[in-house]
Amino acid sequence: MTKIHIPTPLRQYAGKQADIAVKAGTVGEALSGLVSQHPDLRRHLYTDDGKLRSFVNVYLNDEDVRYLQKEATAVKDSDTISIVPSIAGGR
Amino acid sequence: MLKISKTEFDEIRRHGEETYPHECCGVLLGQMDGDERVVASVARCGNTRNDSPHNRYNIDPKELIRIQREGRERGEDIVGFYHSHPDHPPRWSPTDLAEAHWLGCSYVITSVEKGKATATNSFELTGSDENDKKLVDEKVKLG
Repeated sequence: MTKIHIPTPLRQYAGKQADIAVKAGTVGEALSGLVSQHPDLRRHLYTDDGKLRSFVNVYLNDEDVRYLQKEATAVKDSDTISIVPSIAGGR
Repeated sequence: MLKISKTEFDEIRRHGEETYPHECCGVLLGQMDGDERVVASVARCGNTRNDSPHNRYNIDPKELIRIQREGRERGEDIVGFYHSHPDHPPRWSPTDLAEAHWLGCSYVITSVEKGKATATNSFELTGSDENDKKLVDEKVKLG
Protein backbone atom coordinates (compact mmCIF):
# COMPACT_ATOMS: atom_id res chain seq x y z
CA MET A 1 0.00 0.00 0.00
CA THR A 2 1.25 3.49 -0.85
CA LYS A 3 1.28 5.94 2.05
CA ILE A 4 -0.19 9.42 1.65
CA HIS A 5 0.90 12.02 4.16
CA ILE A 6 -1.87 14.45 5.08
CA PRO A 7 -0.88 18.01 6.14
CA THR A 8 -2.17 19.20 9.52
CA PRO A 9 -5.03 21.43 8.20
CA LEU A 10 -6.57 18.62 6.17
CA ARG A 11 -6.51 15.91 8.83
CA GLN A 12 -9.88 16.98 10.19
CA TYR A 13 -11.32 15.86 6.83
CA ALA A 14 -9.35 12.60 6.86
CA GLY A 15 -10.46 10.99 10.11
CA LYS A 16 -7.73 12.92 11.98
CA GLN A 17 -5.11 10.65 10.46
CA ALA A 18 -1.62 11.84 9.52
CA ASP A 19 -1.04 8.99 7.05
CA ILE A 20 -3.48 7.06 4.94
CA ALA A 21 -2.60 3.92 3.01
CA VAL A 22 -4.14 3.37 -0.40
CA LYS A 23 -3.77 0.70 -3.06
CA ALA A 24 -2.82 2.40 -6.31
CA GLY A 25 -0.68 2.11 -9.43
CA THR A 26 -0.34 5.84 -10.06
CA VAL A 27 -0.38 9.11 -8.14
CA GLY A 28 -3.78 9.91 -9.66
CA GLU A 29 -5.22 6.59 -8.51
CA ALA A 30 -3.80 7.15 -5.04
CA LEU A 31 -5.43 10.58 -4.75
CA SER A 32 -8.72 9.21 -6.13
CA GLY A 33 -8.58 6.43 -3.56
CA LEU A 34 -7.95 9.00 -0.86
CA VAL A 35 -10.94 11.19 -1.72
CA SER A 36 -13.13 8.08 -2.12
CA GLN A 37 -12.26 7.12 1.46
CA HIS A 38 -12.61 10.71 2.68
CA PRO A 39 -14.97 12.66 0.39
CA ASP A 40 -14.72 15.85 2.47
CA LEU A 41 -11.14 16.22 1.26
CA ARG A 42 -12.20 16.65 -2.36
CA ARG A 43 -13.09 20.36 -2.28
CA HIS A 44 -9.81 21.14 -0.54
CA LEU A 45 -7.71 19.34 -3.15
CA TYR A 46 -9.65 19.82 -6.38
CA THR A 47 -11.40 22.69 -8.16
CA ASP A 48 -15.04 22.31 -9.20
CA ASP A 49 -13.90 21.10 -12.62
CA GLY A 50 -11.79 18.35 -11.12
CA LYS A 51 -8.30 19.83 -11.43
CA LEU A 52 -5.84 19.80 -8.56
CA ARG A 53 -5.84 23.24 -6.95
CA SER A 54 -2.86 25.32 -8.06
CA PHE A 55 -1.52 25.77 -4.52
CA VAL A 56 -1.64 22.05 -3.74
CA ASN A 57 1.78 20.53 -4.30
CA VAL A 58 1.96 16.77 -4.59
CA TYR A 59 5.30 15.11 -3.97
CA LEU A 60 6.24 11.50 -4.57
CA ASN A 61 8.93 10.89 -1.97
CA ASP A 62 11.14 13.97 -2.61
CA GLU A 63 10.02 14.77 -6.15
CA ASP A 64 7.33 17.17 -7.35
CA VAL A 65 5.00 15.08 -9.53
CA ARG A 66 4.64 18.06 -11.92
CA TYR A 67 8.19 17.27 -13.00
CA LEU A 68 7.55 13.52 -13.26
CA GLN A 69 4.50 12.28 -15.14
CA LYS A 70 2.06 14.30 -13.02
CA GLU A 71 -0.93 12.22 -11.93
CA ALA A 72 0.13 9.40 -14.28
CA THR A 73 3.35 8.92 -12.28
CA ALA A 74 3.69 5.27 -11.24
CA VAL A 75 3.83 4.47 -7.52
CA LYS A 76 5.10 1.48 -5.55
CA ASP A 77 3.98 0.19 -2.18
CA SER A 78 7.13 1.56 -0.57
CA ASP A 79 6.46 5.11 -1.81
CA THR A 80 5.18 8.06 0.20
CA ILE A 81 3.04 10.75 -1.38
CA SER A 82 3.00 14.11 0.42
CA ILE A 83 0.29 16.71 -0.04
CA VAL A 84 1.87 20.10 0.63
CA PRO A 85 -0.19 23.30 0.34
CA SER A 86 2.13 26.12 -0.68
CA ILE A 87 3.58 28.57 1.84
CA ALA A 88 4.11 32.05 0.51
CA GLY A 89 3.18 35.69 0.97
CA GLY A 90 4.78 39.03 1.58
CA ARG A 91 3.94 42.62 2.43
CA MET B 1 -3.56 31.27 20.87
CA LEU B 2 0.07 30.60 20.05
CA LYS B 3 2.31 29.37 22.85
CA ILE B 4 6.02 29.74 22.19
CA SER B 5 9.12 29.89 24.36
CA LYS B 6 11.04 33.14 24.63
CA THR B 7 14.03 31.37 23.06
CA GLU B 8 12.12 30.34 19.93
CA PHE B 9 10.34 33.71 19.77
CA ASP B 10 13.67 35.52 19.86
CA GLU B 11 15.06 33.13 17.25
CA ILE B 12 12.42 34.01 14.64
CA ARG B 13 12.93 37.73 15.31
CA ARG B 14 16.70 37.31 14.99
CA HIS B 15 16.18 35.50 11.69
CA GLY B 16 14.34 38.56 10.35
CA GLU B 17 17.20 40.81 11.38
CA GLU B 18 19.78 38.53 9.72
CA THR B 19 18.00 38.45 6.36
CA TYR B 20 17.12 42.18 6.37
CA PRO B 21 16.37 43.88 3.95
CA HIS B 22 14.93 40.64 2.64
CA GLU B 23 12.01 38.72 4.10
CA CYS B 24 12.87 35.68 6.19
CA CYS B 25 10.60 32.65 6.50
CA GLY B 26 10.34 29.46 8.49
CA VAL B 27 8.17 26.81 10.08
CA LEU B 28 6.73 26.42 13.59
CA LEU B 29 6.55 22.83 14.82
CA GLY B 30 4.81 21.42 17.84
CA GLN B 31 1.34 20.30 18.84
CA MET B 32 -2.21 21.42 18.18
CA ASP B 33 -3.99 21.50 21.54
CA GLY B 34 -7.62 22.45 20.90
CA ASP B 35 -7.52 26.07 19.74
CA GLU B 36 -3.92 26.45 20.89
CA ARG B 37 -0.80 25.87 18.90
CA VAL B 38 2.10 24.97 21.14
CA VAL B 39 5.50 25.50 19.52
CA ALA B 40 8.24 23.04 20.43
CA SER B 41 10.77 24.07 17.80
CA VAL B 42 11.23 26.41 14.85
CA ALA B 43 12.96 25.66 11.55
CA ARG B 44 14.49 28.31 9.33
CA CYS B 45 13.78 28.08 5.61
CA GLY B 46 15.33 29.73 2.60
CA ASN B 47 13.28 32.35 0.77
CA THR B 48 13.01 31.12 -2.83
CA ARG B 49 11.62 34.46 -4.12
CA ASN B 50 14.94 35.65 -5.49
CA ASP B 51 13.06 37.92 -7.89
CA SER B 52 11.59 40.05 -5.08
CA PRO B 53 12.93 38.96 -1.69
CA HIS B 54 12.39 42.37 -0.03
CA ASN B 55 8.59 42.02 -0.20
CA ARG B 56 7.79 38.38 -1.03
CA TYR B 57 8.59 34.97 0.41
CA ASN B 58 8.08 31.39 -0.64
CA ILE B 59 9.14 28.17 1.02
CA ASP B 60 10.33 25.32 -1.21
CA PRO B 61 7.88 22.42 -0.66
CA LYS B 62 10.83 20.04 -0.77
CA GLU B 63 12.41 21.82 2.18
CA LEU B 64 9.07 21.69 3.98
CA ILE B 65 8.78 17.94 3.44
CA ARG B 66 12.22 17.46 5.00
CA ILE B 67 11.34 19.66 7.99
CA GLN B 68 8.02 17.86 8.36
CA ARG B 69 9.75 14.46 8.32
CA GLU B 70 12.37 15.53 10.86
CA GLY B 71 9.65 17.02 13.06
CA ARG B 72 7.61 13.85 13.04
CA GLU B 73 10.64 11.90 14.22
CA ARG B 74 10.52 14.15 17.31
CA GLY B 75 6.72 13.82 17.62
CA GLU B 76 6.10 17.33 16.26
CA ASP B 77 3.71 18.52 13.57
CA ILE B 78 3.59 21.74 11.58
CA VAL B 79 1.50 24.25 13.53
CA GLY B 80 2.41 27.46 11.73
CA PHE B 81 4.83 29.60 9.79
CA TYR B 82 6.66 32.86 10.24
CA HIS B 83 8.04 35.58 8.02
CA SER B 84 9.26 39.17 8.29
CA HIS B 85 8.13 42.48 6.85
CA PRO B 86 11.24 44.62 6.29
CA ASP B 87 10.42 48.29 6.95
CA HIS B 88 6.72 47.50 6.97
CA PRO B 89 4.13 46.98 9.74
CA PRO B 90 3.62 43.53 11.29
CA ARG B 91 0.14 43.18 9.79
CA TRP B 92 -0.94 40.66 7.21
CA SER B 93 -1.16 41.95 3.65
CA PRO B 94 -3.64 40.97 0.91
CA THR B 95 -0.82 38.83 -0.53
CA ASP B 96 -0.35 37.10 2.82
CA LEU B 97 -4.03 36.19 2.93
CA ALA B 98 -4.29 35.16 -0.71
CA GLU B 99 -1.32 32.83 -0.38
CA ALA B 100 -2.19 31.37 3.04
CA HIS B 101 -3.63 27.88 2.72
CA TRP B 102 -2.89 26.10 6.01
CA LEU B 103 -6.24 26.57 7.77
CA GLY B 104 -6.01 26.35 11.54
CA CYS B 105 -2.31 27.24 11.56
CA SER B 106 -0.57 30.34 12.89
CA TYR B 107 1.08 32.91 10.65
CA VAL B 108 3.59 35.00 12.60
CA ILE B 109 4.83 38.30 11.17
CA THR B 110 7.73 40.37 12.52
CA SER B 111 8.34 43.92 11.44
CA VAL B 112 12.04 44.67 10.94
CA GLU B 113 12.75 48.40 10.89
CA LYS B 114 16.18 49.42 9.58
CA GLY B 115 17.54 46.00 10.48
CA LYS B 116 16.07 45.81 13.98
CA ALA B 117 13.11 43.56 14.83
CA THR B 118 10.30 45.63 16.34
CA ALA B 119 6.79 44.22 16.82
CA THR B 120 5.82 40.60 16.22
CA ASN B 121 2.19 39.58 15.74
CA SER B 122 0.47 36.27 15.12
CA PHE B 123 -2.63 35.52 13.09
CA GLU B 124 -4.63 32.33 12.87
CA LEU B 125 -5.90 31.31 9.44
CA THR B 126 -9.55 30.54 10.17
CA GLY B 127 -12.43 29.40 8.00
CA SER B 128 -13.67 26.22 6.42
CA ASP B 129 -12.11 26.58 2.97
CA GLU B 130 -10.56 28.98 0.46
CA ASN B 131 -13.81 30.92 0.05
CA ASP B 132 -14.24 32.07 3.63
CA LYS B 133 -10.70 32.02 5.02
CA LYS B 134 -9.55 34.90 7.22
CA LEU B 135 -6.40 35.84 9.10
CA VAL B 136 -7.49 36.66 12.65
CA ASP B 137 -5.38 38.28 15.38
CA GLU B 138 -4.35 35.77 17.99
CA LYS B 139 -2.67 36.11 21.36
CA VAL B 140 0.96 35.07 21.69
CA LYS B 141 1.84 33.57 25.06
CA LEU B 142 5.54 33.45 25.82
CA GLY B 143 6.96 30.88 28.17
